[in-house]
Amino acid sequence: METIQFNLNDKAVQYDGSATDRLLDALRDTFCCTSVKCGCKEGECGACSVLLDGKLVNSCCVAMGAVQDSSIVTLEGYRETERFAVLDKAFAEISAVQCGFCIPGMVLASESILAANSHPTEEDIRVGISGNLCRCTGYNAIVTAIMKAAKEGNGLW
Amino acid sequence: MEKISQSVVKKDHAPKMSGRSIYVCDIDKHGILCGKMLRSKYAKAKLLAVHLPELPDGYYYVDRNDVPGDNNVNIVMDDTPIYARETVEYIGEPIGMVCGPDESVCENILSKIQIDYEELEPMLDLRKADEAFFNYEYGKGDLDKAFSEADKVYEEEFGTGYQDQTYLETQGMMAEPEEGGRMFVHGSMQCAYYVHGAVMRALGCGPAGVHVHQDVTGGGFGGKEAFPSILGCQVAVAAKKTGKAVRCVFGRREDLEFTSKRHPSLCTYKAAVKDGKVTAMDIDVKFNAGAYTTLSAVVLQRGIICADGVYNIENLHVHGRALKTNTTPCGAYRGFGAPQTFFAVEMMMEHIAKDLGEDTLEFKERHLVKQGDSTSTSGVYHFPVPIPAMINEVDKVCNLRAKHKEYAKPQTGRYRKGIGISMHFHGAGFTGSGERDFIKAVARLHKYKDGTVEILAANGEIGQGLRTTFPKIVAHELNLPLEKVFYDHPDTSRVPDSGPTVASRSLMTVGELLRRAAIKLRTEWEDGKDQMVEERYTEPDFMIPFYLDKFQGDAYPTYAWGVQAIEVEVDTYTGISTILGAYASFDVGTPMDYNIVMGQMEGGFLQGIGYSSIEYMDYDAKGRIRNNSFSDYLIPTSVDVPNMKCQLHVEKYPFGPYGAKGAGELPLVGAPGAYVGAVEQALGGKIRLNHAPFTAEDTIKVLTKEDA
Repeated sequence: METIQFNLNDKAVQYDGSATDRLLDALRDTFCCTSVKCGCKEGECGACSVLLDGKLVNSCCVAMGAVQDSSIVTLEGYRETERFAVLDKAFAEISAVQCGFCIPGMVLASESILAANSHPTEEDIRVGISGNLCRCTGYNAIVTAIMKAAKEGNGLW
Repeated sequence: MEKISQSVVKKDHAPKMSGRSIYVCDIDKHGILCGKMLRSKYAKAKLLAVHLPELPDGYYYVDRNDVPGDNNVNIVMDDTPIYARETVEYIGEPIGMVCGPDESVCENILSKIQIDYEELEPMLDLRKADEAFFNYEYGKGDLDKAFSEADKVYEEEFGTGYQDQTYLETQGMMAEPEEGGRMFVHGSMQCAYYVHGAVMRALGCGPAGVHVHQDVTGGGFGGKEAFPSILGCQVAVAAKKTGKAVRCVFGRREDLEFTSKRHPSLCTYKAAVKDGKVTAMDIDVKFNAGAYTTLSAVVLQRGIICADGVYNIENLHVHGRALKTNTTPCGAYRGFGAPQTFFAVEMMMEHIAKDLGEDTLEFKERHLVKQGDSTSTSGVYHFPVPIPAMINEVDKVCNLRAKHKEYAKPQTGRYRKGIGISMHFHGAGFTGSGERDFIKAVARLHKYKDGTVEILAANGEIGQGLRTTFPKIVAHELNLPLEKVFYDHPDTSRVPDSGPTVASRSLMTVGELLRRAAIKLRTEWEDGKDQMVEERYTEPDFMIPFYLDKFQGDAYPTYAWGVQAIEVEVDTYTGISTILGAYASFDVGTPMDYNIVMGQMEGGFLQGIGYSSIEYMDYDAKGRIRNNSFSDYLIPTSVDVPNMKCQLHVEKYPFGPYGAKGAGELPLVGAPGAYVGAVEQALGGKIRLNHAPFTAEDTIKVLTKEDA
């Protein structure tokens, strides 16, 4: 069987497993990207969100075959960026992180919102993270933190 | 704002934000056996035989015959088996565990195991259930006299459903045999010492034979109070048998169906009214405990103590039972029995007021308890009751009184509005004498030679901020920079038993021990020296001792208070209720960190809104829970509610650190009364709602009946 070639966090990698394996499992087990969390394995909670060619996807619902020649970003890669630093500061100042389990997905959802619209309204943000469940915060703090990041990261997105 | 309340960057922010935190599921799987449960298919059956296929090399089957010690998990009672005994008592009860290196091979083995059952008739109906695990009764005043002199007597039944904690990280525990025979158990949990006690008993070893470490924990909300003791025993027995590390992490469906959740309830309220005032209540509370007792005793105690709400009802009789059914055992969930009875009493007061033709808010206000009044259990509200001021604070934010009167007028048209108000308390800390008689908390501070201070306590960070607030208290008292004080996840081999992470007690009770320990350390401080100080819990001397056999005395030293208002717009065509606003004032004493406390208030409020509106879960005629995934057990998303407007009212508790009281559970407790009250007001007329959650389907049912 041919290997699957793709780009993971700006590095060319190859996957020797089956094309029907889940991206979530491959990222966690083969590529040690444990920031990608498994919350339901059926595309409902968003804890396993990653960016596939810049688009937010639930990695539990992506087969490895669909990843060929594409580019995947997880928090392991994204946390090295300037944009992450802005989100990090905003989330810290609002204390928007509680148990932390939804956070890797939530951070990539934030990137996805801001990449599409650098000055989102509260409504845009709420819609943008509506695929990412958080049971701790009631979302207020997360929404406020993304608003703050949008303001303070002016020009980065 | 006081200095201690000013927010800081949380100590666990950086590793969680960057995805570097290692939860138990993140530990590299190489060298670890994966554990998968063999579960009962029937709600009640005799287990006749388990037929195993031939197991490949390196794969094992573990069941009750492998338990070296006692096959009973020590929780409050000891009736929960580690692995099923001769009978199974609910669908999903663990019979055994298959472990091996590859998860899919384990699943394949599970699918080939044949079990011979003899099916028995299960009890699935709470109304018919007759085996009471716990049966409590108490009262005060002269009930017969009050009812005989009443102008009018009201009677109504209220019901609430399941609620699942739905922490984003599912249950997961791991056990590793160490050299010398010691067992290391770790994972996602709230109460390291509960797991320690349970595993000791399962393995038949002494305290030094096992140590328990809390890994980074992705939410608990009560769901990881007792359940990790069961799973911890299961993996420890498997690790003992195989001699290898064994980890069991639940899938979401498994977690939703087979882990403990909030008790469904049926409460019957009978009230006597004389001269426009409620003079007596006779209350019957039934909780569906499920198949084993787990924490039902204490959940029921709290539930019935709250049964008369924040109202001064002089003549009271409360009867509560936790009844056995052949369903998943229920357990702890934020609020711990109180949300059920607070919902019932709030709706009861609402309905009496409507019948009397009074504004429901004003009617409730006329019945409020105040400082010095007696509690339901003939204790005393020792400290001020700030509810009247808090109602005014909520009114200021959302124009509560005016809207409440406006929406009470008859409405026509497709969209109709309502605003519901609920008032409640949460008894801070353990119920009754638990803290004094059972927990006996101990906490220590270890000062190292370089002047850094480590907090030694057993309470777990589960997102509520303890790794930040504990050090804030100690740093404040020692006048040290926050970086000099640290608090790691507890390991029972290193920290004393400061009690479980439950009952909104950690900050109030253990936080105060740490504050006192810090004062001691400050007076004994010697630069360059390794020092250790210790503090032990003592009960505040103002308390009237509580006796569980009579249900008399101060059940709690103090109370956190809440006023919540929810405004909805009901679409009478679709039944969908849109939340227009959610407002609250909460008194948890002095916040130890403003952002952290607000995070608790907002998060708890939204869980309460979910409980009231969309979180529907039930079992079918066979006893199987039907709502086992996120597509049919719905928890609120970011678009299901607008920005909640919470504010803090500070009524300091002199015996908590800097005036802090219990906080975590409070904001969930009152939400059902406020939400269902709002929907009821929007529907208007003679409609009286009496159950939660109240879903869009329920609204349609009510409207259809009205039309008929």
